[in-house]
Amino acid sequence: MGTKMHIALTVNGEAHELLAEPRELLIYVLRERLNLTGPHAGCETSHCGACTVEMNGKSVKSCTVFAAQANGATITTIEGLGSPDSLSVLQQSFREHHGLQCGYCTPGMITRAHRLLQENPDPTEEEVRFGISGNLCRCTGYQNIVKAILAAAATINGAKEAAE
Amino acid sequence: MIAAAFEYHRPAHLKGALGVLAEYGDDARVLAGGHSLIPMMKLRMAAVGHLVDLQDIADLKGIRVAGGRVTIGAMTTQHEMIASADLARAAPIIAEAAVQIADPQVRYMGTIGGNVANGDPGNDMPGLMQCLNATFTLVGPDGSREVAARDFYHSAYVTAREDGEILTQISFAAPTGGYAYEKQKRKIGDYATAACAVQLTKAGGKVTSAAVAMTNLADTPVFSDAAGAALVGTSGDAAAVKAAVTAAVAAISPTGDNRGPAEFKRHIAGIIIGRAITRALSRA
Repeated sequence: MGTKMHIALTVNGEAHELLAEPRELLIYVLRERLNLTGPHAGCETSHCGACTVEMNGKSVKSCTVFAAQANGATITTIEGLGSPDSLSVLQQSFREHHGLQCGYCTPGMITRAHRLLQENPDPTEEEVRFGISGNLCRCTGYQNIVKAILAAAATINGAKEAAE
Repeated sequence: MIAAAFEYHRPAHLKGALGVLAEYGDDARVLAGGHSLIPMMKLRMAAVGHLVDLQDIADLKGIRVAGGRVTIGAMTTQHEMIASADLARAAPIIAEAAVQIADPQVRYMGTIGGNVANGDPGNDMPGLMQCLNATFTLVGPDGSREVAARDFYHSAYVTAREDGEILTQISFAAPTGGYAYEKQKRKIGDYATAACAVQLTKAGGKVTSAAVAMTNLADTPVFSDAAGAALVGTSGDAAAVKAAVTAAVAAISPTGDNRGPAEFKRHIAGIIIGRAITRALSRA
């Protein structure tokens, strides 16, 4: 056993402190210590993207981040983007456009799409496909995921224009 | 998959990081973005007793373009290089190669320093750095020294860097003329089956300089002097391109693996090198 260290994290706006071995993976800190089971452990080899969360404004695969590296970080998981009573625009759009089947990749997919739209609010279809290329879906063939993200961008941009 | 236990260090200054390396020798490893090292630690293929996370060392970050020279701190991420307007002006080949590395999540974490220092033949930046004739700065207990990218790679994962040293930055003269980074891979996120970096200049209808380097076609990146020489002095016509491709393919020594047998890789390499040269010529 390695020595445990104090880890301080801000997750979905809430400050947390915990003791963890440096080698613990961020995905398990989130799921098993903080009970945030939205991010999924998929391949555990940085390929599938199911564990994608936002860390300090970047989309990261939380299976490839040690707990120690995340000490001091600000993290957003799918739970921080919306709730069952109040879905985010992206979540609503995935629902309307049938952007999921089994749902395993969905939290990572939406968390990644959220950051993509922050950086590129009006992406082309090709940019969406390239932007989510680190997230694998084995059910949908991606068509409705891409549709959902494009529709969410249009909704967000429409709301912005209406406000102006 | 959980890595073996290690002691974690996160120094705020380079001196602190060098101190940990000096104390623990080859039981210590520096951590940049971690997307090569952490998977290896999880698979227990890399044994690391002391992990030295460089993320807090501000001096290792940043892109500077001044006096015709480009300097990039080792902890600068692929994402930051792709987004840099300065770099897009001074050396657009960097972003052209960087967007072909792995996937978006990996590019937010992966760094230029990790990519060049690891010595993995599959990494894209080493060949590109050889094409640009870049210089790596290594800082160790006895001070700092510079090593040319073309002299840095000895064999897979074996480089000119000593155990106690940290690669702190890369620098190169801002290139002019045409450029291209071409990469053939099986899918997004894969390493190259074959990749090629080309940077060349033309004047009065003739090629005046040309640098050609290749990725994942030997156990180190391969810089081919002969391929460049085959282009210089020509108009860049089809015969010259063919001669350059022949020279470049003669310099590689691919081995068969899950990306195909060696003969297949030679074939793909020829096509990719030809495309890279042709595209660089069209931009010169």
